[in-house]
Amino acid sequence: MATKVLMEALSPTMEEGRLVEWKKKEGDTVSAGDVLAEVETDKAVMDLVARAGGTLLKQLVTAGTTVPVAEVVAVIGQPGEEVAVEKPAGAKAAAPAPVAPPAPAAQVAAPAAPAPSAAPQTAPAPRPSERIKASPLARKIATERGVDLALVQGSGPDGRIVIKDLESARSGRVAPTAAPAAGAAVAMAPGEAYRDVPLSQIRKTIAKRLVQSIGPVPTFYLTTEVDMERVWDAREALNAGGRKGAEGESPKISFNDIVIKAVASALRQHPACNAWWQEDHIRYWNEVHVSMAVAVEEGLITPVIRYTDQKTLRQISLESRDLAARARERRLTPNEYSGGTFSVSNLGMFDIDQFTAVINPPEAGILAVGTIEQKAVVHEGALVPRRRMRITMSCDHRVIDGATGAAFLRTLKTMLENPLALVW
Amino acid sequence: MAQFDVIILGGGPAGYVCAIRCAQLGFATAVVEKDKLGGVCVNIGCIPTKALLHSAYTANLIAATASWRPRNRSRRVAEQNSKGVEFLMKKHKVTVLKGEGSLLPGKKVKVGGETHEARKAVIIATGSRVKGIPQIGLEINKTTVISSDEALFLETLPASVSVIGAGAVGCEFADIFNAFGSKVTLIEALPRILPLEDAESSDVISKSFRKRKMDVFAGAKVTKAQVEKDKVTLTIEVGGKTETVQTEKVLMAAGRAVNTENMGFKEAGVQLDQRGFVKVNLATLETTAPGVYCIGDVAGPPMLAHKGSREGVFVAELLAGHKPHPIRYDNVPSVTYCHPEVASIGLTEDQCKEKKLDYQVGRFPFSANGRARASNETEGLVKIIRDKKYGEILGAHIVASHASEMIHELAVARENEYTVEEVDLAIHAHPTLSEAIAEAALDSMGRVLHI
Repeated sequence: MATKVLMEALSPTMEEGRLVEWKKKEGDTVSAGDVLAEVETDKAVMDLVARAGGTLLKQLVTAGTTVPVAEVVAVIGQPGEEVAVEKPAGAKAAAPAPVAPPAPAAQVAAPAAPAPSAAPQTAPAPRPSERIKASPLARKIATERGVDLALVQGSGPDGRIVIKDLESARSGRVAPTAAPAAGAAVAMAPGEAYRDVPLSQIRKTIAKRLVQSIGPVPTFYLTTEVDMERVWDAREALNAGGRKGAEGESPKISFNDIVIKAVASALRQHPACNAWWQEDHIRYWNEVHVSMAVAVEEGLITPVIRYTDQKTLRQISLESRDLAARARERRLTPNEYSGGTFSVSNLGMFDIDQFTAVINPPEAGILAVGTIEQKAVVHEGALVPRRRMRITMSCDHRVIDGATGAAFLRTLKTMLENPLALVW
Repeated sequence: MAQFDVIILGGGPAGYVCAIRCAQLGFATAVVEKDKLGGVCVNIGCIPTKALLHSAYTANLIAATASWRPRNRSRRVAEQNSKGVEFLMKKHKVTVLKGEGSLLPGKKVKVGGETHEARKAVIIATGSRVKGIPQIGLEINKTTVISSDEALFLETLPASVSVIGAGAVGCEFADIFNAFGSKVTLIEALPRILPLEDAESSDVISKSFRKRKMDVFAGAKVTKAQVEKDKVTLTIEVGGKTETVQTEKVLMAAGRAVNTENMGFKEAGVQLDQRGFVKVNLATLETTAPGVYCIGDVAGPPMLAHKGSREGVFVAELLAGHKPHPIRYDNVPSVTYCHPEVASIGLTEDQCKEKKLDYQVGRFPFSANGRARASNETEGLVKIIRDKKYGEILGAHIVASHASEMIHELAVARENEYTVEEVDLAIHAHPTLSEAIAEAALDSMGRVLHI
């Protein structure tokens, strides 16, 4: 008699698993205990083993497919035996709709984890209501590869997505196992504006848990104190040295300009912090666009300095002055205050020692900058007065993990303490 | 010197369609044509042969031998269509420049003694013509050794005909002459007739022809030809044996030559490729001379009217600054109008094997189709080659009494990237021949119903 092979709950919290690779082919002889396939759970990649011996008659899902727990993925039986099993309805590759909400099977695994509230465990991720034009073939391929068609630019008639448009995704090989681990470097080709990385199971689990715990944007904070003596001297020197340049007379360079420049340079080194949370994937930006919080009469607005990392301090200074002035006059156009990849908020001028800033979604991080004040610190073995500044980074934990944020902050601190690094 | 926005050299199906689209897009347009508008297709190709084939078809249906008189009808149809093109030119205010045109450097065209200048572009659409095989003594002499051009004008039906070349043209004329009562010998150098079609399609036609008492020699080489006043004797080598075939006429249907000579192409900077076609940038169809474009047979294979027409529309829209849908050359359907008809799109099974694709074939024979049985046309099948993983339609092949009309369902499917599943999802009316397409799609998924 044929035995159905089910997607098993390989961890207590597992609701679905991605079949990474088949270890047995159709027609292979298997005995109980043999590894049939590798499955990526919410925590790790684990083995799916055969519970019965015989011949692997049929694989019902292809590698790369995400399958809810308790769905049939294969059939083991005697050679020549009739296989009367339909494809699993819940398997995403087989479903006709782009995304099937996790099947009721999800509840099978639920008892293991204490439900914190009576609210439904999982709601399908919000989808753009607009219909996506895509050819059936492109849909099938995208579904199997986990490519979100909403993010693909169509080249067919009237922007219809055709196979050709998936080619980059095809060659980019954003394979299931290639999803970056926390803090892993995101390698990008020059000229590429950003790269969308599908969520790995562990990323999904982190996101779901954290949202349940804190709220829609699960934030944590990292604070450090920066020695600003050298920046102080550098700024004095720059402002004293004449402000005439190619762009005309420039205003005095502010500490905030220097912080923005340093943040942009540090982001270039830490693309994992220069990212957007996009519900079902993370968009890692290759371009750096720093938003700066500007207080205006009726509240707050965050104009964006585009390609911040490629601009000189003088350009940043001129541009931030102009943006802030026009922000206060309410003369900014929408594209001037949207599209940032990271924010900087500075309350130093209000003598605030340190504070936490609220993340500006979909950005994943914001830096809160406090005032510079002289403090007694131990410097080179002696107690001396030094100019110090406290900075606090708010991180969206779904994108940035503690160590990732800390590494970024360390780079930023080093840059500010050695401002020559900015021209390095 | 008269000025136009666009001047098109040649008024065949590529050129005249291009002219209409240019005019629609607001260009002052001229077409240069030395003969009749409509080109080979309308006058001595597709259209008149289809008139003959229809007569042949009717004759076959009633198992009778038609008289050669229908030839008159064929001429009438051709003339009507050529007049139709004339009317279309008038309607769209396209200037028709009668005479032989030649290209001058700098987007100029000379017709007769006059020079005309194109402000935007000159488009070459000079087409192709039949060719003989002079190497073995088979030069077209228009009496005993003829081409399709002469075949259409024959006053009397030859008692026997050898057709050399069993591509679309060869098979169609073999079918026509056979239906009217000539003794037909069909000779093909490649291992099977209709060599560009799927092997199964070739097989069905080969059997059907033999059943109708034609002599079919595939993999045959004509080694000698003795041309006399009233007969031709061919010596052919086939399967290690030597055969002699003596017929009243020989019809040359082995390939076509493109018209690129004596029109100033070289002087104007228009280069040819190694095969003799005009060299074009496939993304824009522009030749090596800036502002000079090329469409139709002369721009490269497949040498089919509908491919040329589409290229004509494409270039017109490109010139108007539009972004025309790119032409997918692997999506040009090909049709042979013998009986039963053969139509195909995409890859053959042999090509899938060569490319090492993972595929699954679905088949449905017309012997199991109700409509085909009702009209006693059960020869042939639908064959769909499906990509195993995603269900993409890699190729589709139809041999059926009306295959030419049926292939477009699969052309729509392929161009829009439908898979076999979408083909099956569409409800097919009953009883129709097209049901066989849905069944073949199902068969490729292992779910065929009516077998």
